[in-house]
Amino acid sequence: MSASPAVMAGNDTPWVLPSRGRVGMISLIIAESAIFMIFVAAYIFYIGKSLDGPTPRQVLKIPIFITVCLLSSSLTMHWAIATLRKGKTASFNVFWLITLVLGAIFLAGTGREWQHLIYQEGFTIQTNLFGTTYYSLVGLHASHVTAGLIGLTIVAILGLAGKIKREHSERCEVFALYWHFVDAVWVVVFTVVYIVGR
Amino acid sequence: MASESIALRVHKSPLHVVYECVATADHKKIGLMYIVYALLFLVVMGIEAILMRIQLSHANATFLSPEVFNRLFTLHGTTGVFFVAMPILFGFGNYLVPLMIGARDMAFPRLNAFSFWMTAFGGFFLYASFFAGGGLSQAGSAPDVGWFAYAPLTSPTFSPGHSTDYWTLSLLLAGVGSIGAAVNFIATILCMRCPGMTLSRMPLLAWMNLVMGGLILVTISPLTAAQLMLMADRYIGGHFFDTAAGGSVVMWMHFFWIFGHPEVYVLIIPCFGFVSEIVPVFSRKAMFGYPAMVAASVSIGFVSLGVWAHHMFTVGMPSYGNAFFVLTTMVVAVPTGIKIFNWLATIWGGKIRFATPMLFCIGFLFQFLIAGLTGIMLATAPFDWQLSASYFVVAHFHYVIVGGILFTIFAGFYYWYPKITGRMLNETLGKWHFWIFLIGFHLTFDFMHIPGLLGMPRRVYTYEAGRGWETWNMISSIGAIFQAAGILIFVYNMIVSYFHGALAGNDPWDAWTLEWATTSPPPDYNFAGVPAVRSRRPLWDIKHPDDPDWKYE
Repeated sequence: MSASPAVMAGNDTPWVLPSRGRVGMISLIIAESAIFMIFVAAYIFYIGKSLDGPTPRQVLKIPIFITVCLLSSSLTMHWAIATLRKGKTASFNVFWLITLVLGAIFLAGTGREWQHLIYQEGFTIQTNLFGTTYYSLVGLHASHVTAGLIGLTIVAILGLAGKIKREHSERCEVFALYWHFVDAVWVVVFTVVYIVGR
Repeated sequence: MASESIALRVHKSPLHVVYECVATADHKKIGLMYIVYALLFLVVMGIEAILMRIQLSHANATFLSPEVFNRLFTLHGTTGVFFVAMPILFGFGNYLVPLMIGARDMAFPRLNAFSFWMTAFGGFFLYASFFAGGGLSQAGSAPDVGWFAYAPLTSPTFSPGHSTDYWTLSLLLAGVGSIGAAVNFIATILCMRCPGMTLSRMPLLAWMNLVMGGLILVTISPLTAAQLMLMADRYIGGHFFDTAAGGSVVMWMHFFWIFGHPEVYVLIIPCFGFVSEIVPVFSRKAMFGYPAMVAASVSIGFVSLGVWAHHMFTVGMPSYGNAFFVLTTMVVAVPTGIKIFNWLATIWGGKIRFATPMLFCIGFLFQFLIAGLTGIMLATAPFDWQLSASYFVVAHFHYVIVGGILFTIFAGFYYWYPKITGRMLNETLGKWHFWIFLIGFHLTFDFMHIPGLLGMPRRVYTYEAGRGWETWNMISSIGAIFQAAGILIFVYNMIVSYFHGALAGNDPWDAWTLEWATTSPPPDYNFAGVPAVRSRRPLWDIKHPDDPDWKYE
């Protein structure tokens, strides 16, 4: 029994809709941006409002090396996708692994910075307002990097097993959107925490 | 055809139904689960409201203790916004949007199930605080900080025990669910439309859900962020809202209302969609001013993002701040007015059928107008200085939420129940429901404005005699009983009609959108073939091949 009498003769123009993966990821990125925006607003509002030390200038060093690593990982990610679209899976794997390593270096760098602050400087989230806003904002970003690294690792394993083919380039691209977003957020966090706030 | 699918439905064993609910990723089943879940909490929050109305019905009442009263208004508000209104609208959206745009399912079915279960878990978690919220210190059980939980009341000093953590975590969970649902709605509406369903031909309900999805992305996320900050303060010694360490409590207000005000539009905009589907069908006319309607909704969405601090006029902002938020708030009235005029123009000259869905829509039009007018009064900063946090405000926002949102949700139930179950709701009972609920609504909330004007503050558990508040409160409490009676009729109607209602057939209202093109209830696959659309009223085109709409659009 036909459930639908609604089939009608449509016109023959091709019916193209946006990719749902991309739209979904962009929506998620908008939501994530709003979360970051609130944390950034709190950070900026509380700059210089701590009642006692330490101040950012006393304890923070500008993390140039890991910033370069993270930003270049966006570039290698872009190359990885571009080669996958051409079907060159071997070079895709190479670029993807470089991206993974660069991301891991960034996370390790943040970890080292925190270790130094906590154990050498005795500076924690409880110390003052600066500590609260610094650890929450940088930590929120680091947790996003961690989520990205988990995704990168899964794809890397699949890629090394030879499971990633040309037809997966769109899915990898959707994931790449997230990674580019994490990088772009770092530009904001870096500016606010290490330049404006210092 | 319809009776066959109903017969199939009845023969499933209960265990099978439970299994289907847990395992399903079908948009219709998830939509129904959202709706049933929300109705359950509607009854819970209704009982909370009745208890509070009994306590307030006369002066110096001792029916509830102050502590219990605080918990009740906190849970009533939190439940109403997060576990009744949002899930019920997600439920209707889930059920209807794919059908209306001619799709097989939502864009991400498993994300859809995940979102539902997160929201559901959040609600049950909130109520689990009754059993575990006291913690080892046996502090108060359920959260009692009010639905906007102003700092520093939420700090460990003033909220010992775990009740506030239950509130925070449950909203965090529900927030994740809502963001998942929003992502899904946006992707579905933009990427799953059937051939020919351009954005300019999309049913207005789908448009409204698109706007709602966009708003959720940028409003629920700030709430999530604020809850993370509050958790950092309570658990790991953060100082975000800790004045002793230089933190600011006004910051929480800003962050909460950056979420809180657009949230109202998250709730009302899909309701605009209901009205825009129902009013044309029962006026036998195409929607008047479709593009203006879309433009107005989108602009309401944008403007609503810049009005939040009108909740904070009494905090003492600079005069520029006050002036800015007064003006932006008043600007909202312009697109809203456009919508009201469009609905009136649709009804104007139409061949009106006063069936129950239409009655509720007409009730909505009057009440939403009044709610908007008291909103403009409260948007005026000097007026707000007098009446902020009084019963006038309580009356105003209940006029929006009950008189606006709940009335359209009832309209939606009467309109789409036949599609969902295959049987009509009883029309006589429906009219009883409408009139009794209407009387109850006006008794409660019209008269609630007056004690507010006379100075009665919100959230007081009792009041002294002789201030002139008693009569008005008694009338409000009597109205609550009428509303409860109306709801009971509605619930009875839904249960009885499910088994004995008249068979609906595919298209009982002679409507024009695609959901009425398939069977009632629709099969798992929605449409046997992919529909193709050439106008805003595809079903009209099928019924009237000699005079289709697309010739005129």
